[in-house]
Amino acid sequence: MIPAKEEMLAALKERIGGDLLEKFQSSAAAVCGLGGLGSNIAVSLARAGVGRLFLYDFDDVDVTNLNRQQYKASQIGMSKADALRENLLEIAPYTEIISQKVKITEDNALPLLKDADVICEAFDKAESKAMLCNLVLEKLPEKYLVAASGLSGLGTGNSILTRRVSERFYICGDGESDVDTCGTLFAPRVCLCASHQALAALRILAGLYDV
Amino acid sequence: MVIINGEEQNAAGLTVAEVLARGDYNAARVAVEKNGLLVPKREFGGAVVSDGDVLEIVAFFGGG
Repeated sequence: MIPAKEEMLAALKERIGGDLLEKFQSSAAAVCGLGGLGSNIAVSLARAGVGRLFLYDFDDVDVTNLNRQQYKASQIGMSKADALRENLLEIAPYTEIISQKVKITEDNALPLLKDADVICEAFDKAESKAMLCNLVLEKLPEKYLVAASGLSGLGTGNSILTRRVSERFYICGDGESDVDTCGTLFAPRVCLCASHQALAALRILAGLYDV
Repeated sequence: MVIINGEEQNAAGLTVAEVLARGDYNAARVAVEKNGLLVPKREFGGAVVSDGDVLEIVAFFGGG
């Protein structure tokens, strides 16, 4: 039995307080890429009560995703956009979710991102990360951008950090590990980085801009 | 001196493209800000850094 919206909001209010609940409920975040980073970021933001989530990924759930991404074996073959929407609505059923199977490019990104207060870059390819960050920093300078770089391998979690590069640009990760050279990705290390990103996004929405 | 990622470097007069090459960066995998403002990739070859400039080079690594 799914609780009523009022009951869920009252429970969240008890946990995080009315001020933050109001801020989060009236906020919108975009998550670009719904893999190990993005699916975990989205779950954290939905649990925290962020009112509106824009979720974008061009890919389908694959068996190789299940070691670190928020999908289930029964969802293999579904688009990540649909599968994550389904999973989020089981966790936070009153979240407004705009999810789309789409490959974000320089040509289509701006309308997809224009209504978000915070944009989380959660792609896997380094060139795609650079493309999105360059585009947002140049064309949407009023947005807050939380990106990731360096989360692969089995290195210590203590090297994953959040850095504030400039006023509205944050980057999370160890700043050096690359899946193309180390070849592995592990849920806890990917989730650490995703949690850094989600926490940075929540802090921004809360008006806490330092790191 | 130019402050690059928090470190003073003798890079005044170089273009952003030259700074990136000197640091072994892959220009397709970075975002560069000069004094808090993005330097678009198309300007890497023409944007010159001067004494007192603060350059932030964010290098992106794969995995997500």
